[in-house]
Amino acid sequence: MATNELRSSDDVGFAYDLAKSELTDFYRQMLRIRRFEESSANLYMQGHIKGFLHLYIGEEAIAVGSIAALSSNDYVVTHYRDHGHAIAKGMETKTAMAELCGKSTGSSGGKGGSMHLIDASKRFMGGYAIVAGQMPMAAGIALANQYRGDDSIVLCYFGDGAVNEGAFHETMNLASVWNLPMIFFLENNLYGMGTHADRARAGGAHEIYKAAEAYAMPGIQIDGMQLSTVYNHTRATVEDIRTNGGPRFIEAMCYRYRGHSMADPSMYRERDEVEENRERDPIDNYKNWLIGNQSFDEKIIKDIDSEIETEIASAVKFAMDSPEPEPDTLFENIYV
Amino acid sequence: MSDIQNENTTKPEAKLNLQGESEMILREAVAFALGEALEADNDVFMMGEDIGAYGGPYAVTRGFLEKYGEKRIKDTPISEAAIVGAGGGAAVAGLRPIVELMTINFSLVAMDQIVNHVARFRYMSNGQFEVPLVIRTVTGGGAQLGATHSQSFESMFASIPGLLVATPSTPYDALGLLRSAIKDNNPVIFAEHALLYGVKGKVPKTYYEIPFGKAAFRREGKDITIIGYSRMAHIADEAAEILSHRGIQADVIDLRTLRPIDMETIIKSVQKTNRAVIVEETWLTGGFSGEIASRIHETAFDYLDGPVVRVNGLDVPAPYSGKLEAATIPTALKVSESIRKNLGI
Repeated sequence: MATNELRSSDDVGFAYDLAKSELTDFYRQMLRIRRFEESSANLYMQGHIKGFLHLYIGEEAIAVGSIAALSSNDYVVTHYRDHGHAIAKGMETKTAMAELCGKSTGSSGGKGGSMHLIDASKRFMGGYAIVAGQMPMAAGIALANQYRGDDSIVLCYFGDGAVNEGAFHETMNLASVWNLPMIFFLENNLYGMGTHADRARAGGAHEIYKAAEAYAMPGIQIDGMQLSTVYNHTRATVEDIRTNGGPRFIEAMCYRYRGHSMADPSMYRERDEVEENRERDPIDNYKNWLIGNQSFDEKIIKDIDSEIETEIASAVKFAMDSPEPEPDTLFENIYV
Repeated sequence: MSDIQNENTTKPEAKLNLQGESEMILREAVAFALGEALEADNDVFMMGEDIGAYGGPYAVTRGFLEKYGEKRIKDTPISEAAIVGAGGGAAVAGLRPIVELMTINFSLVAMDQIVNHVARFRYMSNGQFEVPLVIRTVTGGGAQLGATHSQSFESMFASIPGLLVATPSTPYDALGLLRSAIKDNNPVIFAEHALLYGVKGKVPKTYYEIPFGKAAFRREGKDITIIGYSRMAHIADEAAEILSHRGIQADVIDLRTLRPIDMETIIKSVQKTNRAVIVEETWLTGGFSGEIASRIHETAFDYLDGPVVRVNGLDVPAPYSGKLEAATIPTALKVSESIRKNLGI
């Protein structure tokens, strides 16, 4: 049974003094991503979203917890399962949804698509659809920051599949040699498409963070299903990098509930495995903690639920009502 | 090698009749453009394998590390994907990196970064970002370096929307084109032919740039148009010299850049001469000569007195043996023979 076991599992609890509004925002953001993804899946089934659609459902605690630990000047670079990171970094859901639907009002005017969400104004530097291909670019952004004496850092996400690519190893080495201010953030959901990392990774699926040792880079492994754990460790890492320079490596153990993409019926894993992981749902856990430990009024939660429902419904409407891009935009922005 | 390092390489510059010229070799022209950019703009920096302490694998950046320091002249690990991608990332983040790939053969290791990321980012972001990155690299065969070190992939890059491709053949062009490349906000593949580094030419002391997409006439005639770029522009000119002894006057066009390509100049010339030959170092199959020939046929078919002729490298991996390798690369004699055979002149 490939439950994502951890070396140590933390209870919910923040190591930092956070305002109630921040705690509320964490819940709101995770729910926003979950509902966004569910609506995307529906639109895909209805044929309004084409191409590949990779859902982030189950992994919301990572994007929300880690990006909350950044400042707005910091950069995020990620892979093709990018909706969660884009939204957590501040991309509006209506802009993201319109992009998924290939509309002119989308974040890239319909030229990017689900796998290539990009928002310059939020320093959300993209969604890259070649496994590990985003990592050299991320290092370059960190290099630019270092070059200019800017203390912004780069948070670069990748999956367990990426660690077997040459670009991963080249970039890990380069970043370490040059002490680049960036976080290598591994979202280990155990599967590279349908192949379990136990069958793809020397040493198995469960201690990939040890790869950082080979590059003289400090690395840790954390529970990616637990928002507070993700936040605590990312924030400590961010502070560490701002003080001492980078890079650092974080491996967050997580699980995607849905297939690799909408085209994937998940024949390679048992239903029980999915169900068992669902029991550790990051949003439910966090909600229960807010109510049980932080004495949050259930009404606050319900209000957020309906607020998000309304927002996502209006994002869908916005996307559906938006025009498709005009053919005369086809040759725009290939060259400056 | 010697055939391209003699006096026949400075004709276009001579025509310019510039005041205040200095003579330099192509290597010096490239180094001059790089130094000038490093002096002028702190956002410009260089990275590449052995460009610093070693002095540059082709000695282009000799002395740069001492002059500009480690921050701006970065020796890198041998990691082509990481180097190119990091250049792309730094460009996206607002710097103006100049990346050196030791040879164009190694660009294959970085192909994903060049094609899927550097050349795509502007379009996929719908113009939210520019990628002002120059990738300088050394191209071409003819030095008995064998199958993996003698290739000319610039035509392959020229097929990629999002990239610009420059292929200078003279010191004057190298300086003028590199100035444009560094100022440009698009990613540029700047392919310097290994056997042209020693080519001499006159370069004006007053500042100039050469815009991309503007071909140069190396000589003007009326009977046939011979098109080449990089080292093959010299071969085209030598072939024209041979033809002149048969009483045939050729237009010789040096493309200077493959993307954008100056079809206007080519078409005008073909409309005058009614015959066209393209000389290219890379393989015939899939070479850029096919693209140019096709465009000539599409645009100027009625003007043609015969088929557009291609003289390319033979469709084999580059052999090590000097005798064998020489047989694979176009020469002036091959070009003139091909013209005689295919066009009957």
